[in-house]
Amino acid sequence: MVSEHIASLQPIAWHEPRDSYDVVIIGGGGHGLSTAYYLATRHGITNVAVVEVDYIASGNTGRNTTIIRSNYAIPEAIRFYDHSRQLYAGLEAETGAAIFHRVKGHVWIAHTEMGMRTERGRVLMNQAMGVDTELLGPADVKRLVPQVDLTGAGRYAVLGASHHVPAATARHDRVAWAFASGASSRGVHLIQHRPVTGLLRDGDRVVGVETAAGPIRAGVVLSAVGGWVSQVAAMARIRLPVRTHPLHAFVTNDFEQGLDKIVASTELACYVSQTERGQMLIGAEFDSQPSFSRLSSFDALRSYAYKISALLPFLRSMRILRTWAGLCDISADFSPIMGETGVDGFLITTGWGTWGFKAIPAGGEAMAELIATGRTPGLIAPFGLDRFRHDLAMADQASAGTR
Amino acid sequence: MHELDCPRCGRRPLDEFTFGGERRPAPDWLIDPDDRDFDEVWVFENPAGITNERWFHSAGCRRWLTVRRDTNADRVVEIA
Repeated sequence: MVSEHIASLQPIAWHEPRDSYDVVIIGGGGHGLSTAYYLATRHGITNVAVVEVDYIASGNTGRNTTIIRSNYAIPEAIRFYDHSRQLYAGLEAETGAAIFHRVKGHVWIAHTEMGMRTERGRVLMNQAMGVDTELLGPADVKRLVPQVDLTGAGRYAVLGASHHVPAATARHDRVAWAFASGASSRGVHLIQHRPVTGLLRDGDRVVGVETAAGPIRAGVVLSAVGGWVSQVAAMARIRLPVRTHPLHAFVTNDFEQGLDKIVASTELACYVSQTERGQMLIGAEFDSQPSFSRLSSFDALRSYAYKISALLPFLRSMRILRTWAGLCDISADFSPIMGETGVDGFLITTGWGTWGFKAIPAGGEAMAELIATGRTPGLIAPFGLDRFRHDLAMADQASAGTR
Repeated sequence: MHELDCPRCGRRPLDEFTFGGERRPAPDWLIDPDDRDFDEVWVFENPAGITNERWFHSAGCRRWLTVRRDTNADRVVEIA
């Protein structure tokens, strides 16, 4: 079985870097790689380099909790994420890569009347947009997730839930690998271990990047950076409505009985799913204070374990095998920021907070279209950086899955 | 970071405090008053390094603290 999976990995082609490209993408994570992939496959633009400070998918793409869903609360976000969900569903067929895509359903549990109102609103908005989300009572929750304690350990009673039927998970590094392989086999250059230290400018226009190993000129530069995006944007004198917070996650040992659904609770600020290896994957809320520290603390793990085991008591007998943290770029309105920046030759895709993995295909496809045609696709037009200037914030914190 | 040294209450768990955001003026090179207002409302400096910020001791003395913190290590440098 394992060797079969290894055999299904598609190779990445490595090229000797040139000193000039049509497009340079800063950041070899999911969004950078998918943008390169769609530039090559949809638009025939292959004179592209992806410049990564570490190895590809070493940042948040390899550190998230791999959930794909579109049960958001505002029409613009539902439309965008549902398109991304559909692209994910077709990704194995399109690329031939095994990304372990599994449709599971996402049960979003509420413990208060306020929480139920949020879930009712989510269900109505999703259904109005043609997305399959239904409202559940406690008995339905117990039927779908037999392991749940409806009393919430006597403290967090389950009043109901919304059930987003098409929600899925996929293996995150496989997703990055599928896009990297698809892009590099068509001639895109992936340049690893190359920190970008500055931007090349010609007057007001950005014309390339300065790196630790010399300059690379570019027709267009896209920042697809996660974590240090405020620092990269500052190189173009752009100030972002973004704060970077770490979010911790962990996996337990194998749970043989199996948990079919993705289970989340906003009030408990935690969520859980089962990985392909049978481990229980648990994430929680991001730290309240911004930081770039990826050390997980015992206090944080204890608090997540306490909360999630109130909902799923079987977790009390599991052991934590591995923990890690990712850096979430939380935008002021909890929605992504994609598109033009006001600086010629410099585009951005950021603000991916705790919702970036699910958006990798649609975000990359839209950014590729913008780069190829010079026009912002309607799907991402509401998420431009200038929306804050025009008082058109896309406020959707209740759909972030964390507080 | 798991605890903060409150000048009034002593060393207390971080859960007792509410993060109040970075404290900074708009940069000097922003001249236009509208640009300065926009910057202070929407923009975050989000530095990788030393930052000045406010914390509210919500479950303690209920006073505001000014904290200097290194965001790379998530460690307090100075507190008042």
